[in-house]
Amino acid sequence: MTATPSSPKYSSTQILSKGSKIRRRGERFNRPLTLILTLCTLTVLIPLLVTVFMAFKTASQAVEAQAFAPPAPMSIEGFLEAWRLTNFPVTFATSLFVSAIAVAGAVLISSMAAYAIHANWERKFFRFAFFYVLAAMFLPFPVLALSQIKLSGIVGLDNPLGVGILHVMFALGFNVMLLTTFLRNLPGELEEAARMDGASTWQTFWQVIFPVLAPMSATVGIFAFLFSWNDFMMPSMIISDPAQQTLPVVQQLFQSQFSSNYHVSFASYLMAMTPSILVYILTQRWVLSGVTQGAVKS
Amino acid sequence: MTTTEQSANAPRPETLTPAKTQPRKQRRLGKHPDGTHWLFLAPTLLVFTLCIVLPALMGIFFSFTNSVGYGEWEFVGLSNYALMFTDPAILSSFGFTLGFAAITVIVTNIVAFLLAVGLSAKIRARVALRTIFVIPMVVSPIVIAFVFKFLFAKTVPAAAGALGIGPLEETILANPDLAWLSIVIVTAWQAIPGTMLIYIAGLVAIPDDIYEAASIDGIGPWRQMWLITIPLMAGYILINVVLTFKNFLNAYDIIKGLTDGGPGTSTRSVAMTIFRGFTDGDYAYQMATATIFFIITLAIALLQLRLTRPRKR
Repeated sequence: MTATPSSPKYSSTQILSKGSKIRRRGERFNRPLTLILTLCTLTVLIPLLVTVFMAFKTASQAVEAQAFAPPAPMSIEGFLEAWRLTNFPVTFATSLFVSAIAVAGAVLISSMAAYAIHANWERKFFRFAFFYVLAAMFLPFPVLALSQIKLSGIVGLDNPLGVGILHVMFALGFNVMLLTTFLRNLPGELEEAARMDGASTWQTFWQVIFPVLAPMSATVGIFAFLFSWNDFMMPSMIISDPAQQTLPVVQQLFQSQFSSNYHVSFASYLMAMTPSILVYILTQRWVLSGVTQGAVKS
Repeated sequence: MTTTEQSANAPRPETLTPAKTQPRKQRRLGKHPDGTHWLFLAPTLLVFTLCIVLPALMGIFFSFTNSVGYGEWEFVGLSNYALMFTDPAILSSFGFTLGFAAITVIVTNIVAFLLAVGLSAKIRARVALRTIFVIPMVVSPIVIAFVFKFLFAKTVPAAAGALGIGPLEETILANPDLAWLSIVIVTAWQAIPGTMLIYIAGLVAIPDDIYEAASIDGIGPWRQMWLITIPLMAGYILINVVLTFKNFLNAYDIIKGLTDGGPGTSTRSVAMTIFRGFTDGDYAYQMATATIFFIITLAIALLQLRLTRPRKR
């Protein structure tokens, strides 16, 4: 390592290093592999392309259900109708609200809990707390659903706020597990150094632990957003007022009525998908580098 | 390691070098947890208990009653459980869910691991490819299920008709023996990227010097895969298998969107059976189902954890 200072940028290329020939500067690209992977992307792209095609069709084109025929002429009538039918602005705001709670909870609450558990691992109570939240990873929502519906109704949380809180709590076990594993792999000296500089627990957390956790928090946060934004099961069971439903839940509308108005349903699907795809595209550089490269500093 | 002086916000475990190294201070951290540690944990545990543990205990409690979800109830002992084990609807939904979950876990993890290794190798357009492969993760399961439902119901039969592939001319969604395949396909399609990202994160965490040393020792890439990558990835494989299995056992959204449990009840998952019980007023009875479901979930999870423990780093 002293001889060839490793550039973290290339670290991921070494995972299946092709012997000594392909390495660092003189490296060659693996063309067959590139080609295979490119072909594989079709499995991802085709359903999305079909969605876009169908969404921009006119009613008369859509009825033919020709998935791969591009829309000619293009039409946005499907979008206008879907916007109206799903009461899009309100539904969108509801989904956003639930997701915001889920992300804030995942990033802050999980990392605080993970740090407390990690720092006090010798203490029985904290070890117990770890397995307590971990065991609940295996408590499926269906097991809890009706009791949760009853309880949330009693305390007035049978609404988007309640769903947000549930999203945080259901993800807690997994997030704490990921974060404590990450903390455990850090050298203890890091925290010890902060301690010896006289930092309190609060300061140590915010100035040392939280920044160090950043790449893991990014993963946790983005997974929280995606899960929350896209969840159908919990909002559909917990939120009692149909006017307060989230975007995925209102898509059911198109299964019963308008079943042959494919341009309307696909326009609505596209509007439900686009925000999460956009968020992903906008944050992906940061997220993927956080997930896959860990230490690359910008 | 000597050349990599990195600051505290460069969280690459193997390259982290502490700002100061003072080995004489051996005091274990956390020996004196202060109020902040409790503040970080206690409120969360309280809300967690109210949101997750209390409903679980309520569910188990009511499974021994004849409650319909509201009003009067009385204890009926184990009769809900006794009834359950002779109820073909419940047994078949358990069978379907376990079989579907097992198959989908295998498919998802193999494909995700291969993609992760492929995307981590020296390829062109890595970033673009990775971007595309992750997209399924960010799409709502129910929405993509509706899209695939259209494809399975309209596009695949039309294409099969044009190509003269007789068996596929009828949509597999209407075939009680094949409908489950559509669910495996869409569930795996959706679950692969998240699983893959965790694998990629694990692959990157493996220090380069191990591979360099192996190469110097004349160990080829495939043996490196078996001797280095897979053993070092055991923890990630465990996390992914447990996580995907747990998720698939609770399959609901995608099945709801694709087949709604049909045709007949051939693809009705346990979650669906439980929810239908709710609408039918069988609260206590379905809480018994839920309790058994929980025990199965937990047993499998503990078994998996136990089996994989010796290989843990």
